[in-house]
Amino acid sequence: MGSSGSHATVIPDGDSIRRETGFSQASLLRLYHRFRALDRNKKGYLSRMDLQQIGALAVNPLGDRIIDSFFPDGSQRVDFSGFVRVLAHFRPVDEEEAGIRDPKQPEPLNSRMNKLRFAFQLYDLDRDGKISRHEMLQVLRLMVGVQVTEEQLESIADRTVQEADEDGDGAVSFLEFTKSLEKMNIEQKMSIRILK
Amino acid sequence: MSMGFWPFDSFGSWMLLLLLVALACSKASSDLNKSTNSTTQHGPNAWFAAASSEPDERISVFELDYDYVQIPYEVTLWILLASLAKIGFHLYRRLPGLMPESCLLILVGALVGGIIFGTDHKSPPVMDSSIYFLYLLPPMVLESGYFMPTRPFFENMGSILWWAGPGALINAFGIGLSLYLICQIKAFGLSDVNLLHNLLFGSLISSVDPVAVLAVFEEARVNEQLYMMIFGETLLNDGISVVLYNILIAFTKMHKFEDIEPVDILAGCARFIVVGCGGVFFGIIFGFISAFITRFTQNISAIEPLIVFMFSYLSYLVAETLYLSGILAITACAVTMKKYVEENVSQTSYTTIKYFMKMLSSVSETLIFIFMGVSTIGKNHEWNWAFICFTLVFCQIWRAISVFALFYVSNKFRTFPFSIKDQCIIFYSGVRGAGSFSLAFLLPLSLFPRKKLFVTATLVVIYFTVFIQGITIGPLVRYLDVRKTNKKESINEELHTRLMDHLKAGIEDVCGQWSHYQVRDKFKKFDHRYLRKILIRTNVPKSSIVSLYKKLEMKQAIEMAETGILSSTAFSVPHQAQRIQGVKRLSPEDVESMRDILTHNMYQVRKRTLSYNKYNLKPQTSEKQAKEILIRRQNTLRESLRKGHSLPWGKPTGTKNIRYLSFPYSNQPLKARRDTRAAEFTDDDSCHPGFPPVTFSVQSRTRSLQERRQVQEAIPMKSFHRGREALNFDDQRTGQKEHGGRDKRGILKPKPLFHTVDEEYASGEQSEEEASAIGPRWTAEQKQKHSRDHHQSHSPLLQRKDF
Repeated sequence: MGSSGSHATVIPDGDSIRRETGFSQASLLRLYHRFRALDRNKKGYLSRMDLQQIGALAVNPLGDRIIDSFFPDGSQRVDFSGFVRVLAHFRPVDEEEAGIRDPKQPEPLNSRMNKLRFAFQLYDLDRDGKISRHEMLQVLRLMVGVQVTEEQLESIADRTVQEADEDGDGAVSFLEFTKSLEKMNIEQKMSIRILK
Repeated sequence: MSMGFWPFDSFGSWMLLLLLVALACSKASSDLNKSTNSTTQHGPNAWFAAASSEPDERISVFELDYDYVQIPYEVTLWILLASLAKIGFHLYRRLPGLMPESCLLILVGALVGGIIFGTDHKSPPVMDSSIYFLYLLPPMVLESGYFMPTRPFFENMGSILWWAGPGALINAFGIGLSLYLICQIKAFGLSDVNLLHNLLFGSLISSVDPVAVLAVFEEARVNEQLYMMIFGETLLNDGISVVLYNILIAFTKMHKFEDIEPVDILAGCARFIVVGCGGVFFGIIFGFISAFITRFTQNISAIEPLIVFMFSYLSYLVAETLYLSGILAITACAVTMKKYVEENVSQTSYTTIKYFMKMLSSVSETLIFIFMGVSTIGKNHEWNWAFICFTLVFCQIWRAISVFALFYVSNKFRTFPFSIKDQCIIFYSGVRGAGSFSLAFLLPLSLFPRKKLFVTATLVVIYFTVFIQGITIGPLVRYLDVRKTNKKESINEELHTRLMDHLKAGIEDVCGQWSHYQVRDKFKKFDHRYLRKILIRTNVPKSSIVSLYKKLEMKQAIEMAETGILSSTAFSVPHQAQRIQGVKRLSPEDVESMRDILTHNMYQVRKRTLSYNKYNLKPQTSEKQAKEILIRRQNTLRESLRKGHSLPWGKPTGTKNIRYLSFPYSNQPLKARRDTRAAEFTDDDSCHPGFPPVTFSVQSRTRSLQERRQVQEAIPMKSFHRGREALNFDDQRTGQKEHGGRDKRGILKPKPLFHTVDEEYASGEQSEEEASAIGPRWTAEQKQKHSRDHHQSHSPLLQRKDF
């Protein structure tokens, strides 16, 4: 990849980003190139439109929500560090890293909890920390084909919430969410190999 | 599930019956035509005899001349039989996932062989050397070259070449040498098989056809690199084996073994390289020529498939004339030509090319397999336990050696090394196919007195690998894939798993494709600056999203509106009050049915690799799904605009914020237009931070207009904040800024209606009235001020439909 030594200076705040996200220098560089490639007008940040121009996202049922997850708190622009921070959730979990982690440090972004938290926020649009039945229904509607009737969807949503809901408040909190997925290999499901 | 078998049985049995009757007739009539005056009575054929008992005196009312049509008739029957078997095969839905389709073809071949042997019929001489190399082989190779996904191929080209080239050589020489050592052992009675023969046998037996098993583990979602390795190996393997085969045959013809000197061996190696590279070179040249020619064919699009096929075939023939590798030539031609031809030809030509290619290659392969079946059940066998068993053993051993050794080395240079799991899959997918049989069958008997032995051994290896390895590779892959063993997932898990898969696919798309940047960027720049200008008609985007959108816009929108689906998926949230959730006790059957509904109806995750099926062009369920998703988003967008809905998080939108700009049809150069659009975006961005504009614009290939005019209409539409449900596609074809890792994008047009009418309903399916009726409905929904202008400006378009 050429001389990578001088590139650290090209990426703004490269070192702090690297520490926070745990990406290797090479990966960070690639992500930076990708960021620049997406940022068509060289604004220095990405807007929603830039992300919407990734055609493949348009045919992803969750495309809009995925784009929204890059813009937390209603902001309209995401700079490189925000971009990388989101992608850091999908870094494969390094087994040794997990073992020698200093418990006082904040969890790395690609820990199981943080991955789950990221997935959770795709459901929980109003950020109240709970997936209501209504939100579950919305997600179902996005993900299911048109052959399924509204009543079927509603009953599925009911059932989904009912299965996970333990304290009976009619919504799935984050803890209940993690509990329902405890058997699943989240580390593998939500890791992208190339983001080493 | 038993229902599926039943039609298959009936098909099979009907076909058997038909075939038996046909063969009985043929046998009868061949006897008949030999004897002029005989009145032989063959049961049901008595009346034939009666009719032609006096051939020279009367005009017979009814005659039968089977010899005249024998060859094409039987060939057609064989192909039909194979097709019927395939229909039956696919009727039973689980079967294609259990065994590769080549199993089926082999069985059909064996069946036909059995029938022919049983009726003592002389099978038509379909397979001899020239027919195979001139007619049967090129379509198969062309098809595998054409359907190869180019981007992953070039990204992994180093590994693929390293694996295919030395891999084939190691296999060939390894097997040959070890078999030679076995032959030296006097006890086996094989001492007359000398080294050259063994090497030749090694080269032909090492020709693998792993693509045949790809369909079996398609669902396991093998990663892209593995897929490419297998695919690439198939592609190059045939070429390399045939080159080696020819060189070794030349050696055999040349001297006796003892006379071969090191000079000859060096010459052989040099010839190998020359033949290989020369073939590729010619292929690339022909690829460029044909791409160039398709640039001019828009007025006579019916000959486009012809050009594609003829040039590919020509590249093969020219290479063969010069004793270069025709296979590599045709492969290189297909790979080079594909990218440019796809953009130049019309949609229907493109589809025709794809289907015709599949058809030709499947005919070739069917014929070869049937011939294999005929050979199997015959008297031309020589069985030698030692040779055959050791062949099997050595095939596996040497494949394992080559896989693990070569990948060990290449892993050191790869960014993403292949795991042991991947290597095991590659090792196990070494299934032999039609190629090795053909090469064995075509060995000249004069040079190879033990030819029958070779043929038998090849057959055994093929049967073994196809059936045993082919059937067990599916479970093996699934086992290695470390799938969840617990099949019964709760609804929660299913839903969340699927969500995460979609999420992961989406983030992968955001990350884009990473690869060797510099080389690829350089090539892309070169491609853009020079190649595309010369070879491509006009800069017309042809990504699948464009063709998708074209199709969906008109037809599907009508259908969906008619069936009321639109309203049901509409954005009906504000109308629903929050239901008080009652805790319902659901029976297990209900839960089961819910889970089933969920599993079958959830959208599939977009596959990043093009799934390749050697025997079938599946109608791309992902395309239908993508259409559906796009329509729904479009509709929710439209609905929200129309109703001025408040969004769930409570911010109002105003329909009065919709602003439309339309550019008249113009020939503005792409660059200027893009710059203005870019400027417009930045302006909008700065003044209305909450309302990023949405652009629908498309360039469509408007053949009904004057040729080569770029028609573009941009209708930027203000959408509501947060870009919810905004569709935004932009043309990426800038000469200056080309970024690696960007997918080709299409430009969408809100009014492709008229153009789609032109292109798709040219046959007159859709009446113009309907089309224009849709027009105003669309425009009315958008509440455009310029609606009438658009409508009027489009109607001249509509009237100028001249096909």
